[in-house]
Amino acid sequence: MKQIIPKITFWRVVAVIIIVAGLYSTYLRFTGGLGASTHLSDEFPWGLWIGFDILVGVGLAAGGFTICAITHIFNIEKYKPLARPAILTAFLGYLLVIFGLMYDLGKPYNIWHAIIYWNPRSVMFEVAWCVMLYTTVLFLEFLPIALEKFKMKKLLAFMKKVGIPIMITGVILSTLHQSSLGSLFLIVPQKMYPLWYSSLLPVYFFISAVGAGLTMVIFEAYLSARAFNKGIEADLLSRIGLYSVIVLMLGLVIKLIDFAFTDKFHLLFTINNYTLLFYLEILVGTLVPFGLLIQKRIRENRRWLYASAIMVISGFLLNRLNVSITSITTEAGLTYFPSIYEISVTLMLVTVGMWAFKIIAKNFPVFSTETHFENHNYELEEKVSESKA
Amino acid sequence: MIKQKAILFDVTLCAGCGECYNACKQANNLPETSDDFLKDHLSANTYTVVEEYGDVYARKMCMHCVDPTCVSVCPVGAMEKTELGPVIYDGEKCLGCRYCMQACPHHIPRYEWSKVNPKVTKCIMCYDRVKNGEQTACAEVCPTGATLFGDRDELIKIAQERLASDPDTYYQHIYGLEEAGGTNVLVISPVPFDQLGFAANLPKEALPTYTAKALEKIPGVVAGGGVFLAAMYWLTKRKNQIAAEEKQNKIKSISGDEK
Repeated sequence: MKQIIPKITFWRVVAVIIIVAGLYSTYLRFTGGLGASTHLSDEFPWGLWIGFDILVGVGLAAGGFTICAITHIFNIEKYKPLARPAILTAFLGYLLVIFGLMYDLGKPYNIWHAIIYWNPRSVMFEVAWCVMLYTTVLFLEFLPIALEKFKMKKLLAFMKKVGIPIMITGVILSTLHQSSLGSLFLIVPQKMYPLWYSSLLPVYFFISAVGAGLTMVIFEAYLSARAFNKGIEADLLSRIGLYSVIVLMLGLVIKLIDFAFTDKFHLLFTINNYTLLFYLEILVGTLVPFGLLIQKRIRENRRWLYASAIMVISGFLLNRLNVSITSITTEAGLTYFPSIYEISVTLMLVTVGMWAFKIIAKNFPVFSTETHFENHNYELEEKVSESKA
Repeated sequence: MIKQKAILFDVTLCAGCGECYNACKQANNLPETSDDFLKDHLSANTYTVVEEYGDVYARKMCMHCVDPTCVSVCPVGAMEKTELGPVIYDGEKCLGCRYCMQACPHHIPRYEWSKVNPKVTKCIMCYDRVKNGEQTACAEVCPTGATLFGDRDELIKIAQERLASDPDTYYQHIYGLEEAGGTNVLVISPVPFDQLGFAANLPKEALPTYTAKALEKIPGVVAGGGVFLAAMYWLTKRKNQIAAEEKQNKIKSISGDEK
């Protein structure tokens, strides 16, 4: 007999609680406004929903374009098994970013105004367009997976033809807006604590997104392996882990060189909460994972690789929150800490994302061994089997 | 060219009577927000305040920057720098992203946090009046002449004359002449401006130049990135093909040897 009522497990109970709390916060947000649901204020107009839902959300979805570039533009084909889950993660990530934006925007029903009212001087305008276009690109990149499922061969063949230009567009759009999320803060030099303000913010945002996006691929592969009882591409993932920490280390080196040029080293020896959070961010996000994954023995150990990925992701999260919240100083010296409603909406978004990934991965050929954007080459296979015979 | 209008506020002349505060409330149909105007602060219902600093008073309101940060950051152009000088806001266009609030160097824009259809609020230098050749409500009612309305270049001249003619009274600086590219609200004072709560650490450049430096790189990234990625695709594809052909040739030659 088919089981209709799902089994009650610990994580399912947690998920239900999170969703119910999130829905209640949603009700508060859309009936009472931002004032009733958040701790935002005139002094602190941006909070968790920008810092996490947008900055972290977009950043961690960077695995999609990075893996696509590796496999389909640089043609390093052995990584192709990672492409589909990475694309799905990115696609869901961007949909959730847009969904989350609906909570944060004061007038979400005006979101389409970005299409008709242009202001090319605004970084936010550029980000809005890139996110719109890149989400479309991600949809097109995901489309072949759906077409395969429904066996729509003609469309699939067409998608194969336009696949490369689409992916190149995707990489360019990602490069632009991943860095531009950092550029958003270029305009507040006098409001940010100097440990985080730099004219290189767009470069840091891009580099850290590439690094953390790659570890997100590891994180997602491990979760999938657990959820679907499937094996993992241990060899590929440990290499991805290595590349990720090398990229992140490069980012840190650039940051230190920038510190030298802008005379900021003394800040590292000024002990205050800013410095402590900065150290925490680079230790957890870069130095410790680098120290671990640079060793072959450790990165080939599943548990250590997984733990390192979680560290990188946590460090990345802390970095984005530090840039967007910690570093912002106000006249009155006010601080901001998100309300339980803000936190519960964010948790709901994460839960919905994981749940959607699971449902889609279950029903679509996401872990298929067939490589993305390429049909089976039936001719070649026949020839091979003939020659064998 | 149309002459830009501006406001000159002279701290030495302000008596702290609050007429400007009341006139602003009236002109903008704003509800009462405080029993004591000296203790009130800028909010969705208060566009200007008079603050007490020891024995002097300072007004706070939108500075109407020459190259406003809020105008440059707004993704939909809801903030506009008019030819006449006032920076105005169109709530119909606004998305509510609050980037203007985050970016404003003078901490001015406020938000209707408790509304479901919220707007950004701030002084718009009585744009409707100014458009019709009138002066702002606050300047009109000021009994001491502490708030003057006029052409920006003329007000600058007046400020310079006052500073020069009475160097003992005035701190020798016109706030708003150069701060973040200059503002259409100018302030002169007997004490340094950070003591009156004005943002003192502002660069001379207009802040939008900071993001312009990043934005102007976009065409290069698009063109360069496109060429680079297409070239890499072609090269790596070709490399893989050659490798595959060589492999096949090897297999052929081996199987040929066997025959």
